[in-house]
Amino acid sequence: MSESRPDPDQLLSRIQAEEARARRGKLRIFFGASAGVGKTYAMLGAARQQLLQGVDVLVGVVETHGRMETEVMADGLERLPLREVDYRGRVLREFDLDGALARKPALILVDELAHSNVQGSRHPKRWQDVEELLAAGIDVYTTVNVQHLETLNDVVSGITGIRVWETVPDRIFDTADEVVLVDLPPNELMQRLKEGKVYLPNQAERAIRNFFRKGNLIALRELALRRTADRVDDDMLEYRRNRLVTPVWQTRESLLACIGPGAGGERVVRSAARIAGKLEAPWHAIYVETPALQRLDDERRQHVLRNLKLAQDLGAQTATLAGRTAEQTAIDYAREHNLGTLVVGRAQGHGWRLWRRAFAARIGERAPDLNVTQVACGDERGARPRAQPSGVPRAWRDYAMAGVLCVGAALLSTFLHPLFDLANIVMVFLLAVVLAGVRYGRGPAVFASFLSVAAFDFFFVPPRLSFAVSDVQYLLTFLIMLAVGLITGQLTAGFKYQAHVATRREQRMRALYEMSRDLSGALLAEQIAEIGERFLASEFAARTALALVDENDRLLPPLPSARPVSAFDHGVARWAFDHGECAGAGTDTLPGSPVLYLPLKAPMRLRGVLAVELPDAGRLLIPEQRRLLDTFSSLLAIAIERVHYVEVARDTTVQMESERLRNSLLSAISHDIRTPLSVLVGLADSIFLSKPPPTAEQAEIAQAMRETTLRINAQVSNMLDMARLQAGRIQLKREWQPLEETVVAGIKGMEAALLGHRIDLLIPEELPLVEIDAVLMERVIGNLLENAAKYTPAGTTISIGARADGDTVEFWVADRGPGVPRGKEEAIFKKFERGARESTIAGVGLGLAICRAIVEAHGGRIHAENPPDGGARFVVRLPAGSPPHVEAETEVETETESERSPEP
Amino acid sequence: MADMSPTVIVVEDEQKLRRFIRLALEADGLQVFEADSVRRGLIEAGTRQPDLLVLDLGLPDGDGIDLIRDLRTWSDIPVLVLSARTEEEVKVNALNAGADDYLTKPFGAAELTARVRAHLRRRARAVGTPQAQFGFGAVKVDLGRRLVEKDGETLHLTPIEFRLLAYLISNPDCVLTHRQLLNAVWGPSHTDDSHYVRIYMGHLRRKLEANPAMPRHILTESGIGYRFVA
Repeated sequence: MSESRPDPDQLLSRIQAEEARARRGKLRIFFGASAGVGKTYAMLGAARQQLLQGVDVLVGVVETHGRMETEVMADGLERLPLREVDYRGRVLREFDLDGALARKPALILVDELAHSNVQGSRHPKRWQDVEELLAAGIDVYTTVNVQHLETLNDVVSGITGIRVWETVPDRIFDTADEVVLVDLPPNELMQRLKEGKVYLPNQAERAIRNFFRKGNLIALRELALRRTADRVDDDMLEYRRNRLVTPVWQTRESLLACIGPGAGGERVVRSAARIAGKLEAPWHAIYVETPALQRLDDERRQHVLRNLKLAQDLGAQTATLAGRTAEQTAIDYAREHNLGTLVVGRAQGHGWRLWRRAFAARIGERAPDLNVTQVACGDERGARPRAQPSGVPRAWRDYAMAGVLCVGAALLSTFLHPLFDLANIVMVFLLAVVLAGVRYGRGPAVFASFLSVAAFDFFFVPPRLSFAVSDVQYLLTFLIMLAVGLITGQLTAGFKYQAHVATRREQRMRALYEMSRDLSGALLAEQIAEIGERFLASEFAARTALALVDENDRLLPPLPSARPVSAFDHGVARWAFDHGECAGAGTDTLPGSPVLYLPLKAPMRLRGVLAVELPDAGRLLIPEQRRLLDTFSSLLAIAIERVHYVEVARDTTVQMESERLRNSLLSAISHDIRTPLSVLVGLADSIFLSKPPPTAEQAEIAQAMRETTLRINAQVSNMLDMARLQAGRIQLKREWQPLEETVVAGIKGMEAALLGHRIDLLIPEELPLVEIDAVLMERVIGNLLENAAKYTPAGTTISIGARADGDTVEFWVADRGPGVPRGKEEAIFKKFERGARESTIAGVGLGLAICRAIVEAHGGRIHAENPPDGGARFVVRLPAGSPPHVEAETEVETETESERSPEP
Repeated sequence: MADMSPTVIVVEDEQKLRRFIRLALEADGLQVFEADSVRRGLIEAGTRQPDLLVLDLGLPDGDGIDLIRDLRTWSDIPVLVLSARTEEEVKVNALNAGADDYLTKPFGAAELTARVRAHLRRRARAVGTPQAQFGFGAVKVDLGRRLVEKDGETLHLTPIEFRLLAYLISNPDCVLTHRQLLNAVWGPSHTDDSHYVRIYMGHLRRKLEANPAMPRHILTESGIGYRFVA
């Protein structure tokens, strides 16, 4: 049962992958074993077919190399003009990525995927351009030769003896939506070559002729066929997984490539990538920096970093680790990340260190549960860069100082010699060696050891002032002295170096900690920029610029900085921000720029771009440094987001506070005005209640007083309401209700005013519920009715109707009066505006203004019109929304009751 | 004779208004005691054995709603609330706390005495046996037999409509909030579905009122609830 049930996580990831794929453009690769098999021709043919089917096809770049048949195929297809790049005085023509993105065809042809772009282009490689095209939703046709695949690159160079430097990561090939193998038997290819149908660049003609040997071509063809077959296999697997033909394999193999300092590292990386690709396994690549390796010279360090970068490009997760022994650190890492197989290089012995067992053997001994795969890389030993002495001038001083220490020891011993035994004199020299180790490191310590032995022999061992030794037993003394000197010197120097590294690491941690503490206290974006700048300056000696975004996601110019970057390129920053990826130095996008642009990713959204300019761009290649920068930028992003929300919260509080103040002010005014008005009405009424009863004249005065007061009250209410409605957002208490009820309540409220009129209520029973604030809407209806009553002669009819109309519900109040004055249909809704000037009809002209404010707060519209059959008509249109479902009552209960009810 | 006349306590801090209320109610033959604060009001209500309380919500030493809550723990006399504010929420709160009716300032002597008299009448009736039969306008209701007639013809009411009508009839002249009605007819789990009350009130109105456009018995208090007037 469980066999056929797909794992929900897997299903989800498949759905996500499919969604991402649907948004992206489709990539079709025309894949061939070598140049001349006709990939470009096949690609153009396929494109023509697409064109015939009405697809918008654009030729981005196609290398026809002047071949007639290819030129003919390209004819009639729209071509994107190439971009002209000025490179060191020569004008080169490159694919115009921005032009293609701007033109945005449905399908674009980009030949030679492995091509390297001219320096100064956005991406160093054409496949990166293609990635961007795909991300923009454009389908791409492209071509690749087998030797350009990254993991096959060294295999091909092994076969043909020619190394190709332009490569495409396998991941591009593997994730392509379609791969079309363009195949040509070697004999035919040779034939074509003879006929000159294969384009060969002139400069390396001989080498390339060599390349086109039959044996090579057969091997390359096999490679291409096999690689395609692998892919087809993958497609098949995926198909089966989708169809659930067989249960999914649960166990996942995973690999750890251990990169050593030697040149074999590259082989290890490529092999691990190949194996991981075959197994479809995730893989990691690490380099362990042991104390011994910390002293590697720059060139070899760069070599290691290049290998790590290569691993990253091939899809590995990479890390540089520090540890005492490489094998233990690697084992710990493997266990921690649940990696079952380690891929290590098999070096050809260690020269004089014969007792040392191979790295693989050491791992096997410590972790019998892990698989170890050894990759041969001994044959490249010759290519290993030789260690070169570095920092020579400084070293001379250290050696001299070590010598001085030995001289000091010799002088001291001269004084001590008469008093102490020779064995004690040895100690003095050993002290000098240890001091040399501590202060000047390994080399000087070794130097001091030898010098000490020599000095001891020369000055103190009889016969003195001669290297000759009378007593043979001193030879043993020399030997032990030398050994002890060398060992202690090495040890102290090693410890000193480790202590130095530990201090550095601790400093870095403390800086990070201090920065996050400072950031947590920052209240302004400027403060954050300043803190970040300080940290980067002390940690990386970097120049920085911080650009934030405004509310509309527009990137603002960078904030002022004490150490600004030399050139802030807004375009690159914008790119990094739009794509949410790093750009500039040390990345794949515009690596020529001296500045690295890091998008600031906060939990909610991107908050800006951090531009960093390091004095030594090479540091950006070190994974640790990059990770530190990434950590730093996310800390920065979070701080910026926090500050943003602090501002939002503050604004909201201020707004709420002012809203509250306004409301309490209005209700205070309302209370203070209405109380005396209530008293006035009460006093007027009291006259009627007084004994003896008032005369007719007095009663009339009292009545007039009462009415006037009520009218003032109504007008004050209107004005207060207007103030409330105008003073910003009206808080509606919207509830779903039948419109009829509100209308009826409105009629009831205006009962007194409507006494002389006939009311016609034409609201259909099946009118859907409306979501309104009943009190305010009753106000609207009351005001409209009051107006109708006021401006029409007594005895006429006022009709109220309603109807549902699609996504609006409409109701109207119509009268049979003189109608709205022509041309004032709109003006009457303005404040203090009245239909007829200087009219005797009471009112200040707020009623309709209030109506409009209320209706518009409901998202509706109100207008006045004079229908052809006379009178005025005020129409209110409200959004229908989606009324709640009302359950019909079941009548079963009633049946039983009605049966029962006739019984007494 | 003075013993027979109903007693009303007026809790209002505005002295002139208090005097007017007293004058109006005394002219109607009621005995009136005045209080100007929540504290005094509670003392008066506890000692005078009043038949009705007229209460202003904004008092100097506290909220009138607190007074209602306090009073309701030991007395069920009608409470008529005076409110100067237009916010319906305040009135709804007072009604949910136990007030029976409200008057919005400014109000006249006639409105006041009409309301007071209606509530005193209701109270006098409630003391006697509950009526099984009840009539208003052209409608006759027999609560025991669950029978409703209009103009002599039997009306068909659904069970919910009948329960709603029965509840209205047993609380005449009182303003009943949407929440109170939902609670009484639909049960406590439906207190947020006030559109049900409105729909069924519409049904009742169409079935019972002579002119549904100008209802005489089932009155809407917008934003607050309903009032049934016999």
